[in-house]
Amino acid sequence: MARLDLQKKLAILSDAARYDASCASSGSTKRDSRDGKSLGSNEGSGICHAYAPDGRCISLLKILMTNFCIYDCAYCINRVSSNVQRARFSVDEVVSLTVEFYRRNYIEGLFLSSGIIKSPDATMSDMVQIARKLRHDENFRGYIHLKTIPDAAPELIEEAGLLADRLSINVELPTDGAVKSYAPEKNPDTIRKAMADVRLAKQVRSEKSHTGKRPPKFAPAGQSTQMIVGADGSTDTTILGNSTRLYSSYKLKRVYYSAFSPIPDASRNLPLIKPPLQREHRLYQADWLLRFYGFDLSEITGGRADGNLDLEIDPKLAWALANRHQFPVDVNKADRELLLRIPGFGVKTVNRILSTRRHRYLRYEDLMRMGASMKKARAFVTLGGWSPGTLTDSVDLRARFAPPPEQLSLL
Amino acid sequence: MTGQVAIDLPQQGTWVAWRDAARALMQSDTPPECVIWSFANGPADLFAAPLPAQAEGQITVSKAFVAMAQTVIWHSDPERFARLYAFLWRMRTKPQLMIDRADPDLARLRQLEKNVRRCQHKMKAFVRFRELPTSAARRKFAAWFEPTHFTVEPTAPFFARRFADMDWMIATPDATATFEDGKLSFHGGCEKPDLPEDATEDLWGTYFCNIFNPARVKLNAMQSEMPKKYWKNMPETRHIPELIATAEARVREMQLNAPSLPPLRAARISERLQDQRAGSAETGADLKGCTACPLHANATQVVPGEGPPTAELMFVGEQPGDQEDLAGRPFVGPAGQVFDAALTLANIERDKVFVTNAVKHFKFKPRGRRRIHQRPSSDEVQRCKWWLDAERAQIKPKVIVALGATAAEALTGSGKDLLKRRGQIELATDGTPIFITVHPSYLLRLTDKKVRAAEQIAFENDFRRASEIVAQLRINAP
Repeated sequence: MARLDLQKKLAILSDAARYDASCASSGSTKRDSRDGKSLGSNEGSGICHAYAPDGRCISLLKILMTNFCIYDCAYCINRVSSNVQRARFSVDEVVSLTVEFYRRNYIEGLFLSSGIIKSPDATMSDMVQIARKLRHDENFRGYIHLKTIPDAAPELIEEAGLLADRLSINVELPTDGAVKSYAPEKNPDTIRKAMADVRLAKQVRSEKSHTGKRPPKFAPAGQSTQMIVGADGSTDTTILGNSTRLYSSYKLKRVYYSAFSPIPDASRNLPLIKPPLQREHRLYQADWLLRFYGFDLSEITGGRADGNLDLEIDPKLAWALANRHQFPVDVNKADRELLLRIPGFGVKTVNRILSTRRHRYLRYEDLMRMGASMKKARAFVTLGGWSPGTLTDSVDLRARFAPPPEQLSLL
Repeated sequence: MTGQVAIDLPQQGTWVAWRDAARALMQSDTPPECVIWSFANGPADLFAAPLPAQAEGQITVSKAFVAMAQTVIWHSDPERFARLYAFLWRMRTKPQLMIDRADPDLARLRQLEKNVRRCQHKMKAFVRFRELPTSAARRKFAAWFEPTHFTVEPTAPFFARRFADMDWMIATPDATATFEDGKLSFHGGCEKPDLPEDATEDLWGTYFCNIFNPARVKLNAMQSEMPKKYWKNMPETRHIPELIATAEARVREMQLNAPSLPPLRAARISERLQDQRAGSAETGADLKGCTACPLHANATQVVPGEGPPTAELMFVGEQPGDQEDLAGRPFVGPAGQVFDAALTLANIERDKVFVTNAVKHFKFKPRGRRRIHQRPSSDEVQRCKWWLDAERAQIKPKVIVALGATAAEALTGSGKDLLKRRGQIELATDGTPIFITVHPSYLLRLTDKKVRAAEQIAFENDFRRASEIVAQLRINAP
């Protein structure tokens, strides 16, 4: 095989990395390079340095160390049985790309993942070496996200967690059954065990020692995972049920949902349809409701016969339409919990309402200035100068929000 | 006070200048309608009076207002200085005004603040440096940027914190920030400079093109976050038209291409991997895959019993908890600490006894970021019993301590009336003495300190008694 130049390798190995949804670079320890001897900073909120035409942000240099892989996961472009062109970065190449991109303000840092070569330990140890060189030789203080290999030795995961801001391990598919059939070499139990280990390692290092010293932080930006949506037959109820369990068990920062999209040289076992982007979007909305709006999973998916979210309207609106007996809500009196359930009200709006109404009575036009989406909310609220009357219970309320039915084409 | 006061604010140090002016105006009771604000105009209005000299004394303003004003000041809206001062004036009589998010004046100021913040954020994101040739040890970079508001001054410190080990310059039409040898300075704006080509831009372009997934084109999402006005100074954006134009064809090609035959090496690699796995599976034969009851589906792992095969005393709890589920070991969480403390006080060494649970998987309900413990059902206890029986058969303990109702149920068939049975010895079907006591988590749930202390002593005494029974049986044994 002819030697590939850096340009070509970068093309192959970023192509291979594009199916990972995560690009977060926020929530790590605050640090900067004001000492003049190092490069980079992290100030809490992440920065999206560019956007690709797929609407996804580019915050990190997201690449694979290599796309050679000994596993045969049906949904993956890099599986051993695929004829995709293979490449492998050297440790120095990844380090230099990261630093040079960073210096030109293209990126916040590195998201490094890899196909499994030789053995999980061999692969993980190369990845750790890259992180180590960045941190120690280049004094790099930007963001590092390492995709850990579930079966790798605990010492390697340990070092990875001390060098990186975030660790992630993909659960890949919503059910154990699906993982077993589509990713025969992966073991769902091992993946969960790896997530448990990361949580424990973080926990141990958040406790002060008897001398009162804090140990170095382990993966300060937490851990995350990703699930492919639409490759197997799992319903949204199953998917969200699994996320709920993952959030509670391993204190994940995020579960990413990635609509399965056709890949070059695909396996014949998979549907090569348009990726279900709307479904992905609704799953994220539901995920938010579960985590920040006090909704219970059964409330979100309970009313759906097929166990899937309504694609036409957002899950909060769907819940409100199905529970109209709870509306309209008096914005001047309702408690926080109930305010959060009003369609068109976000967490910020609710906070503003709560602090302002301590001083005075709120009117309809006030809400418009407070960031509420009144187009959605008005059927569900009463307040000064506004009462929805029969609107709340009107038969065509759903039709006001749902997109008009598409006319079938006459051929 | 009559007559107009004209105040011209400089382009650099605008915030400090406005703050000083506003302070003086407030102290001299100058109402907003008497102030004419201008920006970078040079000499003030000839007909206007000069700024009154600053009086002694202080003006107290809410911190929230200062934070907001410090941002709003950089907006390009010519009315910004007047709006801020008018609001400050209103706050004299209504100090709580900052909290009223629906006040139209505040809403407008917050909107300006948001605009500036967004502009700052986009500057942090979209400035693109090019490397300049230099013979010095410090590398040198420069960028041309066109912000919507006057965001160079408030945003430059961010770049200074981030790129402290190199020299750099960000030039814009209104202002230029320069960072040399660790010192940040500001100068006037300039024309777009001719920056030398930088080869890394090609690599960046390659990355941009290849990280794009042609199967999921979402142009609105891209443009709402990366408006076109920024594109001309971002090297990667020149690839966008072609990426969009070819996306559909690329996806069609993927769909039409028949799945190819796997390369020859694939079978060889998969086979070798399977051989390796088969080899390790033989040595690590365990029960990790137990699926006898539905609990396995949510737990991380089974938590088997732990202790030497020669143990004479066996402790059986209910089920692993959150910490046990993560660690894969019994009694390591909060209840485990109560258990360990009681063992120590009763002079029992943990590594000499066998510790296990009636049920080997954690049963819980997810609630947010926590898992709420759920008591296992009788059915689950029954289905898991074979395992506990196997552990008993292997260890053959002289005495088994049942910790709590679930353990009592698994060992004696009944978990009822636990507190009445506590401290008694019952016999298992095979004749092994079962010593009944409470579960350590029972102690954790007691809120009354006195009751808890008493219960702790009782718990520890139970352990001591169990240990004494073992010693007796040892003497009586033939």
